[in-house]
Amino acid sequence: MRTTLLFIPGNHPAMLQNADVFGADGIILDLEDAVAATEKDAARALVGEYLKSWKLDTPELLVRVNGLPSGWFEADLEAIACDRLSAIVYPKAGVEELYEVDRILSEVETRHHLNHPIGIIPIIESAQGVVETDDISYLPRLKGMLLGGEDLSADMEISRTREGAELAYPRARLSFACKAAGIDAIDTPFADVNDAEGLLADARTARSLGFTGKAVIHPNQITTIQQAFCPDPKEIFWARRVIAAAADAAKKHQGAFSLDGKMIDKPVIKRAEGILLRAGITDRATADEPK
Amino acid sequence: MNRNSLGREIPDGFYPYDGSEPAQARRPIAMKATPKAPIFLHTISDVFDALDVKDGMTFSFHHHLREGDKVLNLVMAQAAVYGLKDLTIAPSSIFPCHQPLVPLLDSGVVTGIVTNYMNGPVADAVTAGKLQKPAVMDTHGGRARAIESGDLPIDVAFLAVPRVDAFGNGTGRFGKSACGSLGYLDPDLHYAKKVVFVTDERVDELIKPDLDGRYVDYVVTIDSIGDRAGIVSGTTRITKEPVGLKIARDAAAVIDGVGLLKAGFSMQTGAGGTSLAVVADIRKLMIERGIRARFASGGITAQYVEMLEAGLVGALKDVQDFDLDAVESLSRNPKHEAITASQYGNPRYRPAPLVDDLDFVVLGATEIDLDFNVNVTTDSEGKIIGGSGGHADTAHGAKVCVVVTNLVKARLPIIMEKVTTVTTPGSDIDVLVTERGIAVHPRRTDLFDRLRGSGLHILPIRELMDLAHAITGIPVRPTQTGRIVALIRYRDGSIIDVVRTKRP
Amino acid sequence: MKIGSAGTLTSNDALVTVREGVGISVSIESIVDAFFHDQIDWAVKGELARLNVRNIHVTVQDKGALDFTIRARVRTAIERMEG
Repeated sequence: MRTTLLFIPGNHPAMLQNADVFGADGIILDLEDAVAATEKDAARALVGEYLKSWKLDTPELLVRVNGLPSGWFEADLEAIACDRLSAIVYPKAGVEELYEVDRILSEVETRHHLNHPIGIIPIIESAQGVVETDDISYLPRLKGMLLGGEDLSADMEISRTREGAELAYPRARLSFACKAAGIDAIDTPFADVNDAEGLLADARTARSLGFTGKAVIHPNQITTIQQAFCPDPKEIFWARRVIAAAADAAKKHQGAFSLDGKMIDKPVIKRAEGILLRAGITDRATADEPK
Repeated sequence: MNRNSLGREIPDGFYPYDGSEPAQARRPIAMKATPKAPIFLHTISDVFDALDVKDGMTFSFHHHLREGDKVLNLVMAQAAVYGLKDLTIAPSSIFPCHQPLVPLLDSGVVTGIVTNYMNGPVADAVTAGKLQKPAVMDTHGGRARAIESGDLPIDVAFLAVPRVDAFGNGTGRFGKSACGSLGYLDPDLHYAKKVVFVTDERVDELIKPDLDGRYVDYVVTIDSIGDRAGIVSGTTRITKEPVGLKIARDAAAVIDGVGLLKAGFSMQTGAGGTSLAVVADIRKLMIERGIRARFASGGITAQYVEMLEAGLVGALKDVQDFDLDAVESLSRNPKHEAITASQYGNPRYRPAPLVDDLDFVVLGATEIDLDFNVNVTTDSEGKIIGGSGGHADTAHGAKVCVVVTNLVKARLPIIMEKVTTVTTPGSDIDVLVTERGIAVHPRRTDLFDRLRGSGLHILPIRELMDLAHAITGIPVRPTQTGRIVALIRYRDGSIIDVVRTKRP
Repeated sequence: MKIGSAGTLTSNDALVTVREGVGISVSIESIVDAFFHDQIDWAVKGELARLNVRNIHVTVQDKGALDFTIRARVRTAIERMEG
């Protein structure tokens, strides 16, 4: 599950050593925008050391590398390649470049004798990237796609707004492409770290569009996003009742049945199961109605 | 040398700590009342002439002006001019602004210190062994007990009072140097052999004085008793630091999880950034559920003033003010009450000190050990950087005592086998909240049971220490083997620990 | 004289400066010297051994950095010195 992916600046030891305490599902150690050009060498060494020597259990660890055109990509990869690295987050992704990235990753994996392939989460943050979303989604190694709203707006020469209406089209494209490919759809970060209300609304919008998670640029955003993506108590109550009624119906060899006057069939049951899964609920007991 | 019940070496002639139940009888001394109006003087030097001050006396002070205090330095400068030697000073706290005391330690003008907290150059000088006798470090409630029982006899109390009237009555609520509650000077006022008010604002008559002029022998009016902006020193705003906020959120969840947030609860929290964040989280929960607290106590900040005015807290019981909003509130809001040090935390106060009525307290720690003993007195190299203040008083009194701290600060693990210095015994600490997990004192199975299933990450304190060690490596723990420079006196008068110089 | 440095003097970081020398010498100035002096020394020397560096003088100004940070700063400082 990648409901929250927390960006941590790659050259910041104090933030790095506490990255794993905030309850994010994954941590994106950033070598790209968060690191000045003159500190790229220091950041990749630091992130590499962290990945290879941190002793405690952590959430999934990812690294946002510098892209191929920067000339730093291969050095980044060389420094961070290890089995702890789950995936690279690849900026300004386009389909041609990602084929090349895949090839280089294969070489690195062989050279470093890695036990697991390194995944890719491309950031869709250009008009070209949005148009190529469908093709990208079926590339090998893909674990999900991440929407990059800031760079995309810059590329489109449009303004970002608090409500995010300008992202409606790329969001819809990305979430459908990800669903079809069976990978995670991760929404763009919300830029104003002091606006919890705006963040909650933005995360709810993303969820309603089919996103499975959201990138996080400040630890204080995590609980708000979790709140938006976790089903609310009423949904959970409904889902529990559907599952209980379905079990009952199955005993009586009924196909479709009704609950509160509404027809319940297979897609509804599947949705109810999805809600319980997202809420992390495994027991099937019917709970009390929430107040 | 004896060992107390925590295994700490205590020098002969002192009563070793033996569990945190009261064990010593009160030895009340008669209150002194001067039948006529006090004598008004113009300089500290006049007071010294009038008082017949002698070598070896004990002078007391209070710290309500905190880092802005000028009175202690003025009086002690006069003592040096007078050529006095071998004085003991008993200020309720010592701050960095009291640096001018340091040469007086070297020259033997001051050879003893009794205080509840010290930080800055004086604390460094004491740690370095520059004070002839070991300093005695009390708790806020313990200082009141010590004065009222006769353990700490005071020859002259020099008390900064922001406004004084013609009868010698005084208040801290008003005046150009208004600092709010004067809770800590109450025992000095009633038990010192001679009482001197030092003020910078005289009025004809106070309508509702806080301090009774019948106990006052002399009043000196000077230009300035202090800079009230200095009150704010040492306290902070709500932390914005994500680790601190995470700790605060979990601490609030613990307090809620054990069922303490119900109508009419009472609380105290420190004024550190994390504690303030805990209050902010508790406040949110109170609003969500429509719960009101009966009272909040201790050092009062703007945050509590806002909660009082929003009707979330029924009353503030104020022993000192940490910012000017609190001072202002005390001067106008009848639900904002000043209380004395004795009412607040003296274990001998009857029927019971206010700390015994607290549902919970949230406290900090410089170090905490596997027995939950807490150190807020020294750093990990044995240097004095603070003291109990109300730490040990509230930890003992409150039904639940929650300690909040980062697990690692500047590479140093905060949990260790044995703390460098015991300030508060582990038997009074119930829950430790860190960013990497929560430990519950094994004695509190009731709290543990209630927190099970809360989703909070609870683990034995030793495992938390192991986590810290996995991050930092295992530090060398320096030991102090030199002479004793301070005695840590528990609130009941027993000695809970000592501070030593590094080497003999 | 070839010289290289990496890191900062912010909390939990270390500023590591290296210059060519004869044999290995390490000088450490740390806010946690009393507790971690030897560990910092080992971290530096371990990294030098891994990089096969035998003649160097290393200065560490430490603000409470963990070993992984110290190793990374040593490596970057040496890479920068070697250009």
